[in-house]
Amino acid sequence: MTQPELSIELTGLGMKNPVILAAGILGTTGASLKRIAGSGVGAVITKSIGTIPEKGHPNPSLVALECGLLNAMGLPNPSYKEFNDELATAKEGDVPVIVSIFGSHPDEFSEIIEGLEGADAFELNLSCPHSQQYGAAVGTDPVLVEKITKAAKTTASVPIWVKLTPNVTDIVTIGEAASRGGADAVVAINTIRSMAIDIHSGYPILGNLYGGLSGAAIRPVAVKCVYDLYRALDIPVIGVGGVSKWEDAVEMMMAGASAVQIGSAIYDNFTIFSEISEALFTFLKSRDLNLGDIIGIAHKKVKQ
Amino acid sequence: MKPVNAVIKEVIKETPTITTLIFDIKPDAIPGQFVMVWIRGVDEVPMALSHPNSITVQRVGDASETLSNMKPGDSIGLRGPFGNGFELTGQRIMIIAGGVGAAPLLPLAHQLRLRDAKISILLGAKTSKELLFEEQFSRSGELKAATDDGSKGYHGVITGLMDKYDLNSFDMFYVCGPEMMMRAVLDMLHVNGLENRSQFSLHRYFKCGIGVCGSCTIDPWGLRVCKDGPVFYGDILLNSELGKYHRDVTGKKIMF
Ligand SMILES: Cc1cc2nc3c(=O)[nH]c(=O)nc-3n(C[C@H](O)[C@H](O)[C@H](O)COP(=O)(O)OP(=O)(O)OC[C@H]3O[C@@H](n4cnc5c(N)ncnc54)[C@H](O)[C@@H]3O)c2cc1C
Ligand SMILES: Cc1cc2nc3c(=O)[nH]c(=O)nc-3n(C[C@H](O)[C@H](O)[C@H](O)COP(=O)(O)O)c2cc1C
Ligand code: FES
Repeated sequence: MTQPELSIELTGLGMKNPVILAAGILGTTGASLKRIAGSGVGAVITKSIGTIPEKGHPNPSLVALECGLLNAMGLPNPSYKEFNDELATAKEGDVPVIVSIFGSHPDEFSEIIEGLEGADAFELNLSCPHSQQYGAAVGTDPVLVEKITKAAKTTASVPIWVKLTPNVTDIVTIGEAASRGGADAVVAINTIRSMAIDIHSGYPILGNLYGGLSGAAIRPVAVKCVYDLYRALDIPVIGVGGVSKWEDAVEMMMAGASAVQIGSAIYDNFTIFSEISEALFTFLKSRDLNLGDIIGIAHKKVKQ
Repeated sequence: MKPVNAVIKEVIKETPTITTLIFDIKPDAIPGQFVMVWIRGVDEVPMALSHPNSITVQRVGDASETLSNMKPGDSIGLRGPFGNGFELTGQRIMIIAGGVGAAPLLPLAHQLRLRDAKISILLGAKTSKELLFEEQFSRSGELKAATDDGSKGYHGVITGLMDKYDLNSFDMFYVCGPEMMMRAVLDMLHVNGLENRSQFSLHRYFKCGIGVCGSCTIDPWGLRVCKDGPVFYGDILLNSELGKYHRDVTGKKIMF
């Protein structure tokens, strides 16, 4: 029996395994990213970075519900100008560092890409559900998605991943727009628009009133989005949403994900990345399979 | 968990700038853990528990101002308790408290006293009227005060008071106060090779409070003050950003 190979090449980036830290989770500082890089992850993604400093939404900005995390951070970031130092530190971590970026206009994406040195790839955040002018506000319009992707592709010399919002009628339309714009991969999904209310007072809990849901509750939604995108697109799909166990990672890959990202699950488990990639290895080995054998396998089991 | 509702039972003006709010619930916490205090419609901020059922707030901005003006019957939301809390260990103890930093150290002193520890408390503030919990601390051990203006006790910074002790005779130092004070204490302990016998409760800007968002991480190891801390041993902090810089709400470095 041969050993399964966990290392992958994804949009030209070499990774020792297909388990990636999702954007906005412990990605504020270089030191934090470096710490996670040392915990068995295949690659890390930074907090989303914009053109000007943002304070984010007022607190409370996150609440842990029984079914998942509800957050409205509001894209706090010090701007790309202040982020170069953090990026340099993150790069000491020996895994690819993908910089998540956001903006409201194609030119802003180009400005950030030009202003940041050393990113191994960029992930365009066209999907934050609780920002007035950024994120999903642009990510629901296929024309704008194509333009932004094209602008980013033209400016960047590294791969461009486009992160999609599930808060649309048909995610495939948006995925196709990204693909037309030249995206090297799409990432699905960002959080799902949602809300929680304090029954003692009637106040919405989040400072921003509503936010985005992540964690276990959204996994079946993410699996379906990945499934649909895999079928429609020729570029790799990266799956994210509610992965907290190796079984979840396998499921996401069977739906069509070339790699998975993990965010919320780090909440109760800091060693999750090495645990999942080790268990993935054991699973593949026990069945004499390779990663390529499971990616998108669900599509082969159904009559098209 | 959603925030739990806590109704204010009693409000105590401790000093001209510091107020204790006693509420109707007792979060099951160990000393040094904190709660995220939601002032509905205003903000949510981390606060240490100063007693099993209280927080003690210094007025510095919007959130703390609103809390300071609360009346019995008003309510707040509490998430937590979160964070690691102090490790209770040793028999000969020095507690070093500056300003509102005395808040997490008071329940610690009570618990250590129950374990029959011999405790010296060094309590510092700008001026005598701002000394916090002087009487309550005195019940747990021997207390010495230091004030910047000399209006009570030792005239000067708290490290000057530390100088008067044989530091090597202590098993553990517990410290909380303004950042530059904590740095000075750490440096002094380091000169004596005692940093591994000290625990510091740190203070950074928090958003999530549960170790997910990354706003509170400190250099150079990326430790999360809200989850890996807020209490850290001195040897871990020695070569850290403590006393050099912190990050503001955007994540930008601000030098002290
Ligand atoms: C784990 C932890 C425990 C804490 N426990 C307590 C506690 O028991 N009691 C308590 O009063 N505070 C405590 N704090 C600090 C507290 O959470 C807030 O920083 C404080 O209430 C500021 O909120 P604000 O909106 O009132 O002020 P902001 O509007 O945030 O700040 C107003 C101004 O005050 C300055 N400022 C902010 N915080 C402080 C401060 N602590 N000291 C001096 N200047 C400051 C700011 O730089 C700003 O210029 C704790 C913090 C942490 C991380
Ligand atoms: C606290 C928090 C902050 C986030 N910040 C970002 C962000 O800055 N950019 C982004 O593209 N996604 C952000 N996300 C979304 C995650 O990257 C991810 O898409 C989502 O949480 C689903 O994955 P999960 O269930 O594994 O967390 C954030 C999520 C959380 C919980
Ligand atoms: S405040 Fe979010 S990680 Fe500490």
